[in-house]
Amino acid sequence: MDLAPGTAVRVHDDWPESRGPCHIRTPHYVRGRRGRIVRRLGAFPNPEDLAFARPAATRALYHVVFNETELWPDGRAGDDLLVELYEHWLDPA
Amino acid sequence: MSTLLETDGEALLAALRGLLAAKGLATPAEVAERIAITERATPAQGARIVAKAWTDPGFRARLLADGTATVEGLGIPLRGAPPLGVLENTPELHHLVVCTLCSCYPRAVLGYPPFWYKSAGYRARAVRDPRGLIAEWGTVLPETTRIRVVDSTADYRWMVLPLRPAGTDGWTEEQLAALVREGDMVGVTVPATG
Repeated sequence: MDLAPGTAVRVHDDWPESRGPCHIRTPHYVRGRRGRIVRRLGAFPNPEDLAFARPAATRALYHVVFNETELWPDGRAGDDLLVELYEHWLDPA
Repeated sequence: MSTLLETDGEALLAALRGLLAAKGLATPAEVAERIAITERATPAQGARIVAKAWTDPGFRARLLADGTATVEGLGIPLRGAPPLGVLENTPELHHLVVCTLCSCYPRAVLGYPPFWYKSAGYRARAVRDPRGLIAEWGTVLPETTRIRVVDSTADYRWMVLPLRPAGTDGWTEEQLAALVREGDMVGVTVPATG
């Protein structure tokens, strides 16, 4: 999966921490939310495996922008948040 | 109160260094080099980068396109450090950097993060109410300036290239660098003259 800049995406509404010990670089506040790909930052060993010294496959890392109004009920139109997210947390929306 | 392990820190450090050398993991010279690099990394390095970007358009373009390689070209070593991204503030867009998950910070160019950067309060409020948060530093953005909060969640480190203040035409790089504070390169403040 290669996500081009401008692609609308939705972050998985997944909560691995409810299933057991884990290390996740996807903040709570973007899970299940819609954003837009800004750029591909590169590819890095998956930190979710690296943190437990398991073999870690390389995963694409994207810069994804979210409107404040998508995240907060009193968000300000025009303001937004830019978050680094791994490809396996994203689906085209 | 005695559940903490009591050790002689100097002896522990000597033993660790001895083991690193004995096992061929890091020579004493490599350890000394790394300590020297860490001690040179202060906000003054970041300020030097900002001042050069303000005075050299070619450098600025290269810095924004590839922060890691461009900073290394100034003799600031990033070997072993995460890639560096530089975010340019404009009259229309202001960046504010936070790490909500821990304390990711561009240490190679700014040194150790300030105490507040790692606080739960800063981390929570930067994403939830960035304008209210930076107002407590006295930073009030024009209504027409959008704010973009950059949550440093993974493998990059981010530094802000602030706007050059008005009234600094003809200033030297050294004069300009003296204006730039660490908060300006995180986005909680903006550089100003006087």
